[in-house]
Amino acid sequence: MITWLTRGYMTLVYLFLYLPILVLIGYAFNDSRSLYTWGGLSLRWFEAALNNTLLMQATGHSLLLAIVAATGATIVGTLTAIALYRYRFRGKKLLNGLLFTVMMSPDIVMAISLLALFILLGIHLGFISLVLSHITFCIPFIVVTVYSRLSNFNPAILEAAKDLGCNEWQMTRHVLVPIILPAIAAGWLLGFTLSLDDVVVSTFVTGPTYEILPLRIYSMVRVGLKPEVNALATLMLLISLLALLASHLLIKKGSS
Amino acid sequence: MLHFFQRPRSPFKTGVLVLIWGWMLTFVLLPNVMIIFTSVMTRGDSHFIEWQLTLDNYIRVFDPLYLQVFISSLWMAVITTLICLIIGYPFAFAISRFPAHVKPFLMLLVIIPFWTNSLVRTYALKVLLATKGLLNQSLLSLGLIDTPLRMLYTEGAVILGLVYVLLPFMILPLYAVFDQLNYNYIEAAQDLGASKIKTFWHLVIPLTMPGIIAGSLLVLLPAMGMFYIADLLGGAKHLLIGNLIKNQFLDARDWPFGATASIFLTSAMAILLYAYWRSIKLMKQQVNV
Amino acid sequence: MTHPPSVLVSLKDVSKSYDDKTVLAALDLDIYDGEFVTLLGPSGCGKTTILRLIAGFERPNHGQIILAGEEITQQAAHLRHVNTVFQSYALFPHMSVFDNVAFGLRMEKVAEPEVKERAIQALEMVQLANLAHRRPHQLSGGQQQRVAIARAAVKRPRLLLLDEPLSALDYKLRKQMQNELKRLQRQLGITFIFVTHDQEEALSMSDRVIVMREGHIEQIGTPRQVYENPKTLFVARFVGETNLFDAVIQTKNNHHWTLTLAQQNVCIKARTHLAHLAEGQKVKVLLRPEDMRLYAPADRQALADQPCLSGKVIERNYKGMTLDTVIALEQGGQILVSEFFDEEDPDFDYRLGESVLVSWVANWEVILVDEQVSPSVAVSAVEEV
Repeated sequence: MITWLTRGYMTLVYLFLYLPILVLIGYAFNDSRSLYTWGGLSLRWFEAALNNTLLMQATGHSLLLAIVAATGATIVGTLTAIALYRYRFRGKKLLNGLLFTVMMSPDIVMAISLLALFILLGIHLGFISLVLSHITFCIPFIVVTVYSRLSNFNPAILEAAKDLGCNEWQMTRHVLVPIILPAIAAGWLLGFTLSLDDVVVSTFVTGPTYEILPLRIYSMVRVGLKPEVNALATLMLLISLLALLASHLLIKKGSS
Repeated sequence: MLHFFQRPRSPFKTGVLVLIWGWMLTFVLLPNVMIIFTSVMTRGDSHFIEWQLTLDNYIRVFDPLYLQVFISSLWMAVITTLICLIIGYPFAFAISRFPAHVKPFLMLLVIIPFWTNSLVRTYALKVLLATKGLLNQSLLSLGLIDTPLRMLYTEGAVILGLVYVLLPFMILPLYAVFDQLNYNYIEAAQDLGASKIKTFWHLVIPLTMPGIIAGSLLVLLPAMGMFYIADLLGGAKHLLIGNLIKNQFLDARDWPFGATASIFLTSAMAILLYAYWRSIKLMKQQVNV
Repeated sequence: MTHPPSVLVSLKDVSKSYDDKTVLAALDLDIYDGEFVTLLGPSGCGKTTILRLIAGFERPNHGQIILAGEEITQQAAHLRHVNTVFQSYALFPHMSVFDNVAFGLRMEKVAEPEVKERAIQALEMVQLANLAHRRPHQLSGGQQQRVAIARAAVKRPRLLLLDEPLSALDYKLRKQMQNELKRLQRQLGITFIFVTHDQEEALSMSDRVIVMREGHIEQIGTPRQVYENPKTLFVARFVGETNLFDAVIQTKNNHHWTLTLAQQNVCIKARTHLAHLAEGQKVKVLLRPEDMRLYAPADRQALADQPCLSGKVIERNYKGMTLDTVIALEQGGQILVSEFFDEEDPDFDYRLGESVLVSWVANWEVILVDEQVSPSVAVSAVEEV
């Protein structure tokens, strides 16, 4: 039913999506100092990357930021999803619209508005401003992930919990959250990768005292191509891939 | 069911609502209102802005120097969106016609790039396109060209980079509408005498419009803002509105003008969002029938 | 039909399979001009596939489809003079009711004034002209159904295909639409092929019923033939409620047979078309619940020359129009009797546990030899196509 023309076309598109990544990974294992000549397999650039103190410090910062931001966004996002699913309240449509707007709006618009906010409130640009910003742009994605699990959930289960004497909090804590836990975990992983991935917002709201990995890489590759970046980028791809697969399995498990 | 939702308020519910509303008001609504205010203020030397109302910033947008950046950025973004649509539309359709057990895997392959760092992927493209990069080397050794092509630091490179990073954002919403598209409509159109081309024009395009608009929204807006792609692949010459905003905020320290530029981006978003809401309404009707 | 009908559609030796699953196996079928034909069968029997082959949404793996003397086997769907009313209606959600109905005419490049006239006419025919400007989702299910019919009928097709069009409606509306469809079919003079799994619907609407099972045709006949003379056990079970018994022919002469049925001897009239069956042959006996009558044991004498079984009442269910009684037969086995309610009859009401006699009009029982249709049965009373 699916013609060879279609298959050929799809292969080309996939090739377009993956070729640069595969070439990058190939170069990461290239022994040669020059990027463009093949000098045999080697792990020297992974070693160089791991020995680069600045790079490693930035990596540590980024991981810490991603974990804190993902956790914060997961708490707020999950509670929001539950509220949107469970309650009627004034301004529900507005809240939905706001979340949708945040998800759709270009990063740079959010970046400058947050920068203006932090300056006005006198919040020091650094870890705190980064965490607050990252939580903000992660929230809608987590709301969507958790809400989609909630929306095919039998509300009678919650009525049963109430019937058996749970108050609102007990019902959420002992019945609702355990059931949607896979979706919550998947949301956390999505938040984690979004935070690790972000360049635009971080460029604006970071300060000189707290350098994070994407910005460190950015400043390194702006001027030229660095082989140790290939190695580090390969590691980052691996982390993202693992996070994606884990979240995929979690969502599958959650829906079965 | 009704009374179940209308229980007297619990402290838990109140707490959750205060938290989320507080967050959204503080970190979304308030900052955006501030940007609107900033855009009608005057540039200040010590505190970024001075409390003096002016519309100068909106007039400055039409200064040929900036207007040129706006137009070229918009141009590149539109071309990027069109290319993504042309590549993504048949691609999403093709995936939706695969058997149900293959589709998730094919979509996973599209989602993987979406989850990987876009800066890293842009950098990978740069490695590929460099004068001594793999692409030039391959073309040289195949004898297709005699001297290496200058592919980096061109408008084409920026557009290629934008397409490369943003293509999954086009495919995902398109796939969602194709997957939900009730094939009965297409059969009904053919049954009533519509040829393949007419079916496509009168049925497939209108019914997939929410996906087309959502995909365009997700491509067009970032395509004007992703300054690091223009930076890495276009050098200093091919700027996006994003580069302009970034320069005004971080280098030139002219916040009011930067804010004005971002309002243009936001307005573009508002127009597209409106189109999206209209088409999603239609989509819901389609699902309910 | 008074004059000999002409064939409108023929399927000749048509086979269809998906992957390795055979849906239709070497099927032959003729549909006559102007008739209302129903394809009846359980889901997966291939009835919808026949519609889709005629409409052109699928191509057969083998065989020919001929419409009005012209082979259309490989013709694209949009070129066929055949229209479909879809099970889900498939009304275009982004067009008004009027534009939906006008769509097919516009595709034919009919001039716009004529499009308008014919579309409004079609909507008047289904009494919806006043809702022409609405969107499909603003209509009720029954109204959407009518629009779907108008949209297909406005093209004046030779043949209208209806794929379970009433299945989404509630019982009362379904009854009403059944009448309306019959009226429309007569009024338009178009051939209807109607697909359903509801036997009651099939019997009440059709000129002919085609009972299908697992990709082949079990029986073709008028609703009466299919109901009263099922050719196979499958048809008997699928069409209406049935009491089914294993029986053995004990003795036979030219006038009467004696059968052992639930270990009681029953005398029935001889079956000429089954004359070849020998004594000792096993057969199946079908008895429709509504053909049965209950009598008090004292009436035994009066029933001397009628077939008769005895048992005890174990269940009574009042159904409004009828009273259903389940009888446990003396020698094992159960039988369902469905009698029209008659308040005047003092003997009508039997108590649970009461002994009764079950009888039926002689010759109304159906005798089948086997699950397989034997050639002799095939001739019985059913016209061959």
